[in-house]
Amino acid sequence: MSVPLLQVNDLKKHFPVRGDLFSRKPKWVYAVDGVSFEVERGETLSLVGESGCGKSTVGRAILRLFDVTAGQVVLDGQRIDNLSPKRLRKMRRQVQVVFQDPFSSLNPRMRVRDILAEPIRNFGLAKSSADLHARVAALMDTVRLPRDALDRRPHEFSGGQRQRICIARALAAEPELIVCDEAVSALDVSVKAQIVNLLQDLQREFGLALLFISHDLAIVEHMTHRVAVMYLGKIVEMAPRQEIFAAPKHPYTKALLSAVPVPEPGAVRSPIILKGDVPSPINPPSGCRFHTRCPFVFDRCRTEEPELRSPAPGQWVACHLEALPEVPASAR
Amino acid sequence: MTVSTASPMPVPPGLVIAQQLPDLLLPAKVRRGVLGFLRNNPTVAIGGALLLCLVLVGIFAPYLGTVDPTALAPAKRTRPPSADFWFGTDALGRDIYSRVLYGARVSLTVGLSVALLASLAGLTIGLISGFVRWADSIIMRFMDGLMSIPPILLAVALMALTRGSVGNVILAITIAEIPRVSRLVRGVVLSLREQPYVDAAVASGTRTPMIILRHILPNTLAPMLVQATYVCASAMIVESILSFIGAGTPPTIPSWGNIMAEGRALWQVKPFIVFFPAAFLSATVLAVNLVGDGLRDALDPRMAKSL
Amino acid sequence: MALLEVQNLQTHFRTPEGINRAVDGVSFHVDEGETLAIVGESGCGKSVTSMSLMRLIPEPPGKIAGSVRFQGKDLLQLSEQEMRAIRGNDISMIFQEPMTSLNPVLTVGRQIGETLRIHQGYDKQAAEARAIEMLALVGIPEPARRVREYPHQLSGGMRQRVMIAISLACSPKLLIADEPTTALDVTIQAQILQLMLDLKRRVGAAVILITHDLGVVAEIAERVMVMYAGRKVEEAPVAELFRSPRHPYTQGLLGAVPKLGSSLTGAARRLAEIPGQVPSLKQRIEGCAFAGRCALATDLCREVAPGLEEKGPRHVAACHYAPKEVAAA
Repeated sequence: MSVPLLQVNDLKKHFPVRGDLFSRKPKWVYAVDGVSFEVERGETLSLVGESGCGKSTVGRAILRLFDVTAGQVVLDGQRIDNLSPKRLRKMRRQVQVVFQDPFSSLNPRMRVRDILAEPIRNFGLAKSSADLHARVAALMDTVRLPRDALDRRPHEFSGGQRQRICIARALAAEPELIVCDEAVSALDVSVKAQIVNLLQDLQREFGLALLFISHDLAIVEHMTHRVAVMYLGKIVEMAPRQEIFAAPKHPYTKALLSAVPVPEPGAVRSPIILKGDVPSPINPPSGCRFHTRCPFVFDRCRTEEPELRSPAPGQWVACHLEALPEVPASAR
Repeated sequence: MTVSTASPMPVPPGLVIAQQLPDLLLPAKVRRGVLGFLRNNPTVAIGGALLLCLVLVGIFAPYLGTVDPTALAPAKRTRPPSADFWFGTDALGRDIYSRVLYGARVSLTVGLSVALLASLAGLTIGLISGFVRWADSIIMRFMDGLMSIPPILLAVALMALTRGSVGNVILAITIAEIPRVSRLVRGVVLSLREQPYVDAAVASGTRTPMIILRHILPNTLAPMLVQATYVCASAMIVESILSFIGAGTPPTIPSWGNIMAEGRALWQVKPFIVFFPAAFLSATVLAVNLVGDGLRDALDPRMAKSL
Repeated sequence: MALLEVQNLQTHFRTPEGINRAVDGVSFHVDEGETLAIVGESGCGKSVTSMSLMRLIPEPPGKIAGSVRFQGKDLLQLSEQEMRAIRGNDISMIFQEPMTSLNPVLTVGRQIGETLRIHQGYDKQAAEARAIEMLALVGIPEPARRVREYPHQLSGGMRQRVMIAISLACSPKLLIADEPTTALDVTIQAQILQLMLDLKRRVGAAVILITHDLGVVAEIAERVMVMYAGRKVEEAPVAELFRSPRHPYTQGLLGAVPKLGSSLTGAARRLAEIPGQVPSLKQRIEGCAFAGRCALATDLCREVAPGLEEKGPRHVAACHYAPKEVAAA
């Protein structure tokens, strides 16, 4: 029984709200409020949810771009949330990132060659200067960019090409896990397809694990192995791809899936339209955070927060409906 | 990819072809290189040319038909401009033309030195302030304190502590100008820190000093360069004011402020004594401001692809 | 006569790098009450087309040519004053970013009332009353309270509803919606799409919907027009386009979009890629704009630009090789 590559245990990240000079109680944004999951080697786990659910914050916490408020992040059996900066730097090699905006993810004043060389130099992966050149050139081949692009600057490339450069930079460190933080969201439809195909090919070739953070469910379905659905800082459902898309259990997941417009005119759809807006993460609702918009809400939902339970191996749901011995007919 | 139309392809009959519509506009002439840059940005060109003339005037002052600017000739005092004395003479009979040309040296030296020193100091302080959270509050409150004192008064106060000399004037004005530059740099640093490429560099294992050097610093230089030109212009004016009120360069060294101070009493009857140094000062400050404005437009991130 | 008839619309910009032929000879029409979707990726010219219709393109760097006949009058020939009487009144526009499209220092009610006061001479009270009506129409709860609120007090979805309310206040004949749901969350997008479908039935305005999201097109549009590199490459009724796209670009686009539920039906594991990238609009493109990336391209394609040819019922495509009748699948 191998140790999972990444284990996140009850992760919490609260941001202070810099607000009124005169408020007594400091306010907090409960961006991530108790999230736990695992990622195995070579698999893709997608974190899906809408804006404000905290999925990007989870990604950044794993990358240790800031300190966590509580909880543990365990990478390859070792805790990284409490490491000293020096030891942390060594662990960084294993987790790399591709961000959403291809235009601000690359330093406009650096040449591509130097951008790709940076992680290689930092982690001492090249044995000599010739080796460095060879690695950088090989990276360009891997992401299907011409080698003569190495001496150009980011602004000379299109969005899709820049994203390839970002992927090459992530690969340069020879990581085990790449966090894709909305990596294809800002790209055109046809370019998205190219990059998604590339990521899948790279996963096969290098045995990479991917933490794919996205709000685009169709893309997620296409390339993921497992899905975790987040809402207001918590995971509400987590399951393998087939289960989530064929038979979602949490009402939010059902609403989310039904809301995605399908490119098939005349397809019969009965979207579950949720009432109201997403509550603020500064003031999350009591009990189940989704209860203010849930079509199946009942009394227990308002007072008691549901735990993540596992109705079947590999599946997790946090909903009182699941805990009921018998699902009421009105909610079926 | 166009195929050469030496022999156009025979078009099969019945083929539906798109209507050929003409271009609506003529292309703008592409101008490349430094010369092209100057033609695209006339403000920089004009300001730069003017500034260059004035710098050359200051450097080559001895060869431009001047005499010793400190030579006294009381017999020829307060003569209006003439063939012998192109700008006239002042109350002590000194040739104003020579004094104004030599005065350019002082003003330009002060302006450029202050710009350089204040930029370096402001850059360092701004970088530290933007990166080290706890130092930020302390440094910024100190800068706020300095900024609340009008720069002229601050310079006067500092000059009161020492002897009057060009070096001390430079130092005093630099101290007065540092807060503005450091504020600007700090603002740029704070916004650059949020850029994803900085996060990516952190994730790539880059240490903080390298992040500052490689990712932050190069992107702060453009706004700082623009600010430096404004600091230069401001410094020249402050130096003139200091000299005008007698708190700046010693009277033995001709500076535009000194000349104006000496001509102040007589300016209603002998306006030329004040006029010429004032005109030169205005022209210099204008030139520097034009260069600054032009650079700011040219270095706008949307257009600053190649710089 | 169609409500809007566009003939050979061209919008070119003079840039330091050359002439940007953003829209290069586009013709289409919109009938009363119908919804036309303009689909394409970034840089295809769809947004510039809509801005050109409303004459919102600054003319020194840009230049518009062609004819845009709205209810018989050519909008490109009108004076700025006459155009102003039409904007917001007969033709309205919704933009993508609700936060930056609303003035943060004016209340929501004032912004809705602005068009009413300018175009239809309402006074302050009447404008506020009608604003409350509009807020109710777009499904904002407690409209009488909301009408005095500021944009920052509303969520993204509500702001977009306010934008829709502003655009419909003067009962325009034509509504141009430029990526109206792109910046919204999926569940909010579903709300807005349902609202738009509902309003279509009730208000009866014609809609030009600009988007890159084929799912939204399938849900709302009646006819679809595909743009590529500033040109129109295909146009068809929506069901026909999705069922049998003729232009290779449209086929590529549809193949590149993953469909929800694909994992259940065992659909193709790899998304169709369109190799290469969009050609620069700053070079004059001889021949077909898509030839550089098309698997069917021949020398003929690279030299002779195909015109729009009828390939099926109300279905046109600009391709020399697109078949006229689809083979029974």
